[in-house]
Amino acid sequence: MAKPMDQITWQELQVGAVVVEIGNSTQYETGSWRSERPVVEKEKCIKCMFCWLYCPEGCIHEAAEGHFEADLTYCKGCGICAAECPAKCITMISEEK
Amino acid sequence: MAKTSVSSPKNVERAEYFAPGHRACQGCAEVLAVRLVLKALGKDTIVAMATGCMEIISSPLPLTSWRIPWIHNAFENPAAVISGCEAGMKAMMRKGKMPAKKINFVGMGGDGATADIGFGSLSGALERGHDMIYVCYDNEAYMNTGIQRSSSTPYGASTTTSPAGKKSIGQRTQKKNMVEIAVAHGIPYVATACPSFPFDLLDKIKKASETPGPAYVHILSVCPTGWRIQPSDAIRYGRLAVNSCSFPLYEVVNGKYRVTYKPSDKKLIPVSEYLSGQGRFRHLTDKDIEQIQAATTRQYERLLKLSEEE
Repeated sequence: MAKPMDQITWQELQVGAVVVEIGNSTQYETGSWRSERPVVEKEKCIKCMFCWLYCPEGCIHEAAEGHFEADLTYCKGCGICAAECPAKCITMISEEK
Repeated sequence: MAKTSVSSPKNVERAEYFAPGHRACQGCAEVLAVRLVLKALGKDTIVAMATGCMEIISSPLPLTSWRIPWIHNAFENPAAVISGCEAGMKAMMRKGKMPAKKINFVGMGGDGATADIGFGSLSGALERGHDMIYVCYDNEAYMNTGIQRSSSTPYGASTTTSPAGKKSIGQRTQKKNMVEIAVAHGIPYVATACPSFPFDLLDKIKKASETPGPAYVHILSVCPTGWRIQPSDAIRYGRLAVNSCSFPLYEVVNGKYRVTYKPSDKKLIPVSEYLSGQGRFRHLTDKDIEQIQAATTRQYERLLKLSEEE
């Protein structure tokens, strides 16, 4: 990974503002936008992958135990996965402590 | 529903060409559409994209969400730039300066860039017959700058420049039919799609990529911010739009119409069901909705007739 974005100065930018590193937006963690967090009931998950398909962030992945869950570093908490889950195994829980 | 080549998410391409960390609003179906389009196209793709939501959320310098070559354009010229890329690389391949291979040349723009500002350059590119795909992400207004009306905004929608009030119904004009305009260019492939029907969308983009010559794909992208709905309802509203026939899914191959998804009698819903939940249509009276229903039914019946004629 190149330099973090807040340490890059204007002198280091490429001519024509070309960005040479692909997909480096991953260093911008959008998870902090979230007010609700998706929680998966592992036993009820049927591994249909519809949450993965419909996630606008593309942040849902297969967990080690075989079910699917969101990467909370990027999940903005839109709730699409919970709304579209055919097994209704995802619930949105408030981040408020 | 007509059979799609893929019918389970398990068989969809796993590779992600659009990185997370982009700044799209919560529940943005447009960025989902971009993600699915790139999955269908694969890595040998060059994208030229007009200014708009997708451009500002994916490429705030020095970051980018794209994992494929991507060129930023002004509003007017994604179609012109991508046709130049296509012509240039074709010449280089002919002269042996680069290995000959199949590359997808894709122009992308929002409804503003397609139907209003970039309309001229798009029409030119379609007419010249470049081997390219143009994808329009239609969220039915200029959402990026704060929900101003575009020519693609449907009748009756309230936006910041067509506000509904005592003397105004909101948008006074009908939605510009960009799909028919693309068909009128006589290009080999034109289609409409919606990310709420992901398998249908993937198939159409693959077909567009396989078609030699220009292809135009018009994607309805639900915008929770501009349509005033809950982010979690974004996929559901795409489905309502299609099932109420407000946005029928069809394709036109060499002038031949085919409706790819006909809502069954059980799924068919009145437009009121689609309009009523959206904040931008909340001011509409029953009489207005009746009028919209009549126009929608008329257009859908015309489409069904066209697809039967062949």
